[in-house]
Amino acid sequence: MIGLEHYLAVAAALFVIGIFGLFLNRKNIIILLMSIELMLLSVNINFVAFSAYLNDYVGQIFTLFVLTVAAAEAAIGLAILVCFFRNKGSIDVEDVNVMKG
Amino acid sequence: MGIAELAFYTFSMSTLIGGIFTVVSRNPVHSVLWLILAFLSAAGLFVLLGAEFVAMLLIIVYVGAVAVLFLFVVMMLDVDFAELKAEMAKYLPLGLLIGVVVLMQLMFALGVWDYSSGYEDRVAAAIGSGTNTAELGAIIYDEYILIFQLSGLILLVAMIGAIALTLRHRTDVKRQDVVAQMMRDPAKAMELKNVKPGQGL
Repeated sequence: MIGLEHYLAVAAALFVIGIFGLFLNRKNIIILLMSIELMLLSVNINFVAFSAYLNDYVGQIFTLFVLTVAAAEAAIGLAILVCFFRNKGSIDVEDVNVMKG
Repeated sequence: MGIAELAFYTFSMSTLIGGIFTVVSRNPVHSVLWLILAFLSAAGLFVLLGAEFVAMLLIIVYVGAVAVLFLFVVMMLDVDFAELKAEMAKYLPLGLLIGVVVLMQLMFALGVWDYSSGYEDRVAAAIGSGTNTAELGAIIYDEYILIFQLSGLILLVAMIGAIALTLRHRTDVKRQDVVAQMMRDPAKAMELKNVKPGQGL
């Protein structure tokens, strides 16, 4: 029998893979965005697993909103990336130093 | 091992494998394809949990829109990815260390986790006997209508922002000038010349 802990373990492993990807691809913004998508996916798995095992729909509804925000974030992030590439000719994160922050 | 267990282990393994190869793959196009595998298997997990609507939404939104958007950007930008990947080995030990630490913390939390007493009475919207989509729709359009509209507004803002960021007016191309076309005068547009025989213009 598959319990809630199984799903939570999968989601935790996926979240850690996302964090690992953030550290591994420090220069490539596209893979960074994909790692963030993976982390949001693991959050969604947690929401849906709790929704199913607690017999409550609210988890699935929140999954919809997380999905919406993730899609909006990917669109804006890639638009900024295209804009940046057009100006600088590179997608290296370390070139993003115009504001000296 | 029943079919449900087999399906769970298959989907979860392919989700994790897709995730791992997304972050370690050398070619970003392969990364996107592995990401699509991870999303599809996560949709399978959602179906196992009985959340069919969210599963189909995941396929439509993530695989159909977000992953294709990534694929377009990866293929259209002329980036030297080998140079970007060169320093991957430098960050590998730190990434592994932090990953293992966070994973251990999460697993410790999972080991001692338990339900609080009387959680069955605090359910906000209980799962009934109807189909998943119908019941979800009844809740979204009733109790969560404001948040639902706000998420639509977020998508609108994201769309306008993406268009405003990437739109550019190129000056080095010929384009149609509608006003100039409509203001054209037939008398000036055509000129009659009397060409004498045996001579050119």
